[in-house]
Amino acid sequence: MAEFVELWVYLSSTPLFGLSATLAVYVLVHAVYDRLGRPPWANPVLWSVVALAALLLATRTPYPTYFAGAQFVHVLLGPAVVALAWPLWLRRAAAAGSAVALGWALGLPPEVLRSLAPKSVTAPVAMGIAERIGGVPALAAVMAVLTGMVGALSAKYLFDRLGVGAWAVRGFALGTASHGIGAARALQVDPDAGAYAGIALGLQVLLASLLMPLVARWIAG
Amino acid sequence: MNLLRGLALLLLLQAAGESLTHAFDLPLPGPVIGLVLLLAALRLQLVRDLVVDAAEGLLAHLSLLFVPVGVGVITHLDVVSAYGLRLLAVVVLSTWIGMAVTALVLARLLRGAAPTEGEARDG
Repeated sequence: MAEFVELWVYLSSTPLFGLSATLAVYVLVHAVYDRLGRPPWANPVLWSVVALAALLLATRTPYPTYFAGAQFVHVLLGPAVVALAWPLWLRRAAAAGSAVALGWALGLPPEVLRSLAPKSVTAPVAMGIAERIGGVPALAAVMAVLTGMVGALSAKYLFDRLGVGAWAVRGFALGTASHGIGAARALQVDPDAGAYAGIALGLQVLLASLLMPLVARWIAG
Repeated sequence: MNLLRGLALLLLLQAAGESLTHAFDLPLPGPVIGLVLLLAALRLQLVRDLVVDAAEGLLAHLSLLFVPVGVGVITHLDVVSAYGLRLLAVVVLSTWIGMAVTALVLARLLRGAAPTEGEARDG
């Protein structure tokens, strides 16, 4: 037993722990998600975060220790944002049309505009924006992830209630409001919805990065 | 190998984006500039062939990439316990408003532009 504890203490202090725990938990959670027929409530991001947070709290592992390993996954968010150019390129005709719709949506009354704060942008971008407008980057990232999960969990029910049936529209709205996690969910449900969520995500990242500092100045002022 | 080449290109574009942001003090995060640069470069067949595997691979596992940041919630448990319900209410309501407004506006626009476009099966 003492040997086991020693081994655990050693392993949990190397980057190996954070990286392997992240991948193992995600793979496991995703297998359950697939097995259940991918219902929204079984969202793999949500349950991976819950399981890993519980693991860290139970073993009293500090977050920086975990992140020393998990950062190798985290770092890939940057190139993933760059890669969003790909779905945008594939549907460039549709993207040009959607830009008008999104611009319109962003030009709505103050309450709606304010509600499109940086939390609706994909996590790495939200961190960048929060830093610029005087927020807490880490908290903004958590809020962004939470927003993504709320969207991914509830989109199906909301769109059914609203009578929005077109996959393109459902995907686009999900990508706009809940960014990468919403887009990931849309991709799992329908290829059309996924493609349009990708378009929305790319456009929204661009527009939000440009507009958010202006909006923030105006909210604060 | 193509996967690695593509990943290298994506990382280089991100680095270029970060450099431009810092050099000119731009209001855009580095990866977003990288996105714009890649979008312009995708006109070239060479770039498309180079980047397709890495881009599709990364985007297929997008969910996984959000997990490390999400676990960061344990460093903000004090904020969560103090404002948890109010934060949750703001996030849930504004996300719903965002989704509903976008979906309804876009559905109306599409109906105006092309009556049948995008009207896929229900569910």
